[in-house]
Amino acid sequence: MPKRTDIRKIMLIGSGPIIIGQACEFDYSGTQACKALKEEGYTVVLVNSNPATIMTDMEFADRTYIEPITPEMVGKIIARERPDALLPTIGGQTGLNIAVSLHEMGILQEYGVELIGASFEAIQKAEDRDQFRKAMEKLGLVVPRSGYVKSVEEALKVIPSIGYPAIIRPSFTLGGTGAGIAYNREEYEEAVRWALDASPKRTVLVEQSVIGWKEFELEVMRDLKDNVVIICSIENLDPMGVHTGDSITVAPAQTLTDKEYQLMRNAALRIIREIGVDTGGSNIQFAVHPDTGEMVVIEMNPRVSRSSALASKATGFPIAKIAAKLAVGYTLDEIRNDITRETPASFEPTIDYVVTKIPRFTFEKFPQTQDVLGTQMKSVGEVMAIGRTFKESLQKALRSLEIGVYGFEEVLPAGAAAPAARRKAIEEKLRVPNSQRLLYIGEALREGWKIEEINRVTGIDIWFLENIRQIIAFEEEIRRSAPELRSLADGGAVPEEATALLRRAKSSGFSDRRLARLLESSEDAARNLRIRAGLRPVFKRVDTCGAEFEAHTPYLYSTYDEEDEASPEDRKKVVILGGGPNRIGQGIEFDYCCVHGVFALREEGYETIMVNCNPETVSTDYDTSDRLYFEPLTKEDVLAIIEEEKPEGVIVQFGGQTPLKLAVPLEKEGVRILGTTPDSIDRAEDRERFKELLDLLALRQPPNGIARSTAEAVGIASRIGYPILLRPSYVLGGRAMEIVHDEEGLHKYLTHAVQASEERPVLIDKFLEDAIEIDVDAISDGETVVIGGVMEHIEEAGIHSGDSACSLPPHSIPNELVREIARQTKALARELRVVGLMNVQFALKKGEIFILEVNPRASRTVPFVSKAIGVPLAKLAAKVMTGRKLVDLGFTEDVTPAHISVKEAVFPFIKFPDVDTILGPEMKSTGEVMGIDVNFGRAFAKAQIAAGMMLPRGGRVFISVRDEDKDGVLPAARLLHESGFRIAATGGTAAFLGRKAIPAESVLKIQEGRPHVADLIKNGEIALVINTPLGAQSKADSFYIRRTALVYNIPYVTTLAAARAVAHAISHLIREDLGVRSLQEYHGR
Amino acid sequence: MTERSAKLALADGTVYRGAAFGYEGECGGEVVFNTGMTGYQEVLTDPSYKGQIVMMTYPEIGNTGINPDDVESTRPWVEGFIVREAWRLPSNWRHVETLDGYLRRYHICGIAGIDTRALTRRLRDGGSQMGIISSADLDEKRLVKKARELPSIVGRDLVREVTTDRELHWETGDWDLEKGYLPAAEYRNRLGKVPKIIAIDYGIKQNILRMLVSHGFDVTVVPAETTAAGILARKPDGVFLSNGPGDPEGVPYAVETVKGLLGRLPMFGICLGHQIMGLALGGRTFKLKFGHHGCNQPVSDLATGKVEITSQNHNFAVDSDSLGERARVTHINLNDRTVEGLAVPSLRCFSVQYHPEASPGPHDSRYLFTRFYRYLTGEEDL
Repeated sequence: MPKRTDIRKIMLIGSGPIIIGQACEFDYSGTQACKALKEEGYTVVLVNSNPATIMTDMEFADRTYIEPITPEMVGKIIARERPDALLPTIGGQTGLNIAVSLHEMGILQEYGVELIGASFEAIQKAEDRDQFRKAMEKLGLVVPRSGYVKSVEEALKVIPSIGYPAIIRPSFTLGGTGAGIAYNREEYEEAVRWALDASPKRTVLVEQSVIGWKEFELEVMRDLKDNVVIICSIENLDPMGVHTGDSITVAPAQTLTDKEYQLMRNAALRIIREIGVDTGGSNIQFAVHPDTGEMVVIEMNPRVSRSSALASKATGFPIAKIAAKLAVGYTLDEIRNDITRETPASFEPTIDYVVTKIPRFTFEKFPQTQDVLGTQMKSVGEVMAIGRTFKESLQKALRSLEIGVYGFEEVLPAGAAAPAARRKAIEEKLRVPNSQRLLYIGEALREGWKIEEINRVTGIDIWFLENIRQIIAFEEEIRRSAPELRSLADGGAVPEEATALLRRAKSSGFSDRRLARLLESSEDAARNLRIRAGLRPVFKRVDTCGAEFEAHTPYLYSTYDEEDEASPEDRKKVVILGGGPNRIGQGIEFDYCCVHGVFALREEGYETIMVNCNPETVSTDYDTSDRLYFEPLTKEDVLAIIEEEKPEGVIVQFGGQTPLKLAVPLEKEGVRILGTTPDSIDRAEDRERFKELLDLLALRQPPNGIARSTAEAVGIASRIGYPILLRPSYVLGGRAMEIVHDEEGLHKYLTHAVQASEERPVLIDKFLEDAIEIDVDAISDGETVVIGGVMEHIEEAGIHSGDSACSLPPHSIPNELVREIARQTKALARELRVVGLMNVQFALKKGEIFILEVNPRASRTVPFVSKAIGVPLAKLAAKVMTGRKLVDLGFTEDVTPAHISVKEAVFPFIKFPDVDTILGPEMKSTGEVMGIDVNFGRAFAKAQIAAGMMLPRGGRVFISVRDEDKDGVLPAARLLHESGFRIAATGGTAAFLGRKAIPAESVLKIQEGRPHVADLIKNGEIALVINTPLGAQSKADSFYIRRTALVYNIPYVTTLAAARAVAHAISHLIREDLGVRSLQEYHGR
Repeated sequence: MTERSAKLALADGTVYRGAAFGYEGECGGEVVFNTGMTGYQEVLTDPSYKGQIVMMTYPEIGNTGINPDDVESTRPWVEGFIVREAWRLPSNWRHVETLDGYLRRYHICGIAGIDTRALTRRLRDGGSQMGIISSADLDEKRLVKKARELPSIVGRDLVREVTTDRELHWETGDWDLEKGYLPAAEYRNRLGKVPKIIAIDYGIKQNILRMLVSHGFDVTVVPAETTAAGILARKPDGVFLSNGPGDPEGVPYAVETVKGLLGRLPMFGICLGHQIMGLALGGRTFKLKFGHHGCNQPVSDLATGKVEITSQNHNFAVDSDSLGERARVTHINLNDRTVEGLAVPSLRCFSVQYHPEASPGPHDSRYLFTRFYRYLTGEEDL
């Protein structure tokens, strides 16, 4: 069927900020959909509040709205743009939920907007667990026994027929929010209560547990002619009980016979038809009993998903792109397979390699929560690796994770404990799923466990366990040959037997680093030995068809096999290193910069080569760069690519810390690093050299010192004076950073958190209390320096810049100071001979400017700044790195936009019970949103709404702040009072406010009796909470208040600055309704 | 674990060095690749692979072992088996034996650890060719010579080696997860009419028989050389022409039989049966460069425009030009536009090149068995 001509304008809804369960895979799918629809000549209107996405670049849609993704705001955009259709299936659960709301509110009907891809009825049928269960029963398919409840009482009625353990799952959520497992009545009641809270519709499904069953997923596509194909099958290594987003998964399915697989395939076909997903992709999950093969249907997502992004990368079949084309009427057989060019998209990809995905966790960021995995997703990112065998693929995935693991590293302290204690430690780690379980399986095998035993404890299939056993057994073989292999390190011919052993090791996925560890030698020695033995990887293509047809797309992975298919081109080319797995502190912003690097260099006539291992990203779309290497970002793997491609240079400054760490090792191997030199980077990062640099330029930094012992630390602290900011020198991203106010606190830090030593010194800075932090992004070609943006943080200094909201341009700093900040930035860029991007963090205290740090690379704020000023900074940076000048590129003037842009961070606290929500020097946010408007109040309000904070327009505000904050909270309290809010406060605060002529009612603290403040929050009698962290005595109290507000989704702020900004925003909201405006209009396009 | 060396030599002189599994000795045949990710046991036992060494493009093979149910005949027929990694410790609730042990038992040589993707690309670009797997003789020159001396499958009659030696009545239907293969009686009770058909066995896959039974037929299997007169004498309601190995031109007797039946009995053919029907209708067949062997081939039903994902296993195809107006092309392959289905309503016959019985592969095309049933019972026209 040809494409539809009765629709011309199509609206797409993105997924908003990066949160756990919804990450940059939806930028990948959304970008593909935008491209596909524009290619077909449709006018595309896009809504997404996340500025760090490629899809919100102005050229990807005709109208780009960076506005909050709420039904109200999207409704306003619809009223303004009058799209003919809305494609709700590419923006994750957010996009789908908004489409449902718009339908329910009658907005789609009012403006005649057609839902394409999936109808309202189909979405309902798939998403509503009860309707879904009925649909499955109609098909004769088995679903776990279940009941649908709206209260704890109802839940208790259904449980006898379901039995324990039971799964408790709320409807209409994502990432398994609020889903839990209960083994007894007490846990059950608690879980139900929690799930009721987490469900936007306060409905919960209680289900028979199929914990321990094997878990499978199928990615299905359907077109308007009812052609249905399976794109990929995925088998979870972790059996049922661990959220699929937190499971190690493998494609294709490994342990199903054809007969069993076809039963599943048939079920998937019938499900997508019964649910009525008209076109596009769906993900269907199944559980299979390991001993009987009994199959049950777990769930279906009637949209593209994280798994479909993985399936697209795993097979080379671009699900979202094809889904977009199907939505406008094409059929699968009318769409060409880009990779083979001669065959249609109406086929089922077959692969001739094994794909392994491992999730990336950040439990170290939330020490109060346990490293335990369940049905609620907790991972913040993932890596994917491709190998010709599972062993190779698994070990490549392990080293892609960037957690200091290069294979099956030992995690138990060697020989420390008694065998029984070791056994117990291992068993605990195996029995309860956790982020370290895979490595503990290795330890169990080293301790002589049989795979059958491990299977009994973990439920992990024997096939996977046997593969791991072979890896561990082979490690022993290598250890035994270690003396001989080490003796070969000095040179001479490598004997046949040693070569054969190394070849087997490499083709089983062993990294040089891991081999070095097993051989007790260095990575370089292991690498040299391997190369002398003639062992280098070859590169093979991902082609959707198992080599049946020629692949025209250079989408490559390395393997130790015989034939190399890379066929590098003889062109001028540049390698761009990606950012690796998403984690807190390094996410989509860096992928955004990498993708821009690719676009820019292509414009400059370079062949672009991307290296990355994150399957969620736009950078790993084979369509993005000229050549894509889906590989771990380690020295070994990157060098192999460079040796194969021989590029002019490598760009390391776009992908965040991951590639930056490789700059020096690569340069040592003779690789040319484009842009700012590694030496300049070192000058900015090395404390001593940095000090010299600032002295040279007569710039100030807070007093500081480096302590190599406790005594030294105490000395420095008394010299510079408390409070001080402490951090270990060897970690990044604010890990283990703390502010201490006295010597007692310093001792506590040095005893419990970080020990200062010769090798691992502790960095001490004077902490500037009540200072304003400022972030500056600049671009330099070595001669000209242009300021991209000066951002004023909302929260005061001491809160990680990634967690702080900020305003561009600054909303409260005098112009002359902004000019001085710009001058200092330019001086730094010139002195460091920055070629590319640079980010400087300043602190402003009582009119004095201090430099906190300088990062001569792309920063997290680059996409935000680029969108705020309408200039693609990363693209320009890539061009200057190849030698272009800013003058020639037409960018020489600092930009100060007429509108205000506010960035706000988004936090994962809801996923981690027992974690406090206060902010500090350690970064905790997973994503960000942007609000744009004509003044700060409105822009800030939009950013808050986009971040999920439902700013109230009236009601009761609860204020409870520590004594030293009482004066500071007055402006916010007064403004809220004047805006018509009632003020409630705990005794002391209420009295204080009363004295300042702000009437406040007194509310009981938690330990003062009932009803106390938490009761009021739970009863919906509080509309906003302002609560700053209190002293130790009532810490538990204030923690409980914040946590209750979080769980009940009541807006809360924990800093005075944020309180002021929120009060300001609310007063604007009350005065005037928020409007919407596209990025193209802001920037006069 | 010490692995025994094995080599694969191709007629073009290429030699691959790997490790032996299965039977240790020497096996020769035409080397073809199969792109299915599941179903190696069905592939091994498919009589159509007689004369061929099969290489699986999916690298991990043997994961689910061998079980008593997933067979397409009474034994494996491939001449040799090539995989990237031969899995020795299967994991599946139904398995009873390992791949290695099974091949050993039937004297079939396997070679593992070679770059199977490189071999696929060689066969794709250069076409299928003869090859030899050996763990007995590792002299490369000698092996290449032996490979060159192997008889080509073109014009050869491989059917004689795989067909049944006596007539038999087929009694089981489709597979059920809990109950295994269901008895024929199960279906007879459900469906009213039970047309009696003769299935000519050129190397028939058992799943075709199971499908015929589960779609309501009473099925009698006869040897390939059964004549038209012999079939007509049994007075069946229809005839089924089965799949089978090799070149349709190698079995002129089969073509003669079909000529003798055309227009006299309704017929349905699959794979080799389809090619034989094409020849009987006066058409020609030709050898494909490397054949179609896999579970993901898109076929378009020209009547509806719908796409079926099909299971395929053939080296020869019917030349559509050679048939002219004598037959209607009903299905084509969307990858290479070759003929996938024919119908001649006036002669009451139709056929498909691909495998609607799947096993292994998708079940998208089972409607063809229903069509045959409804045609025989007068409920549907061709």
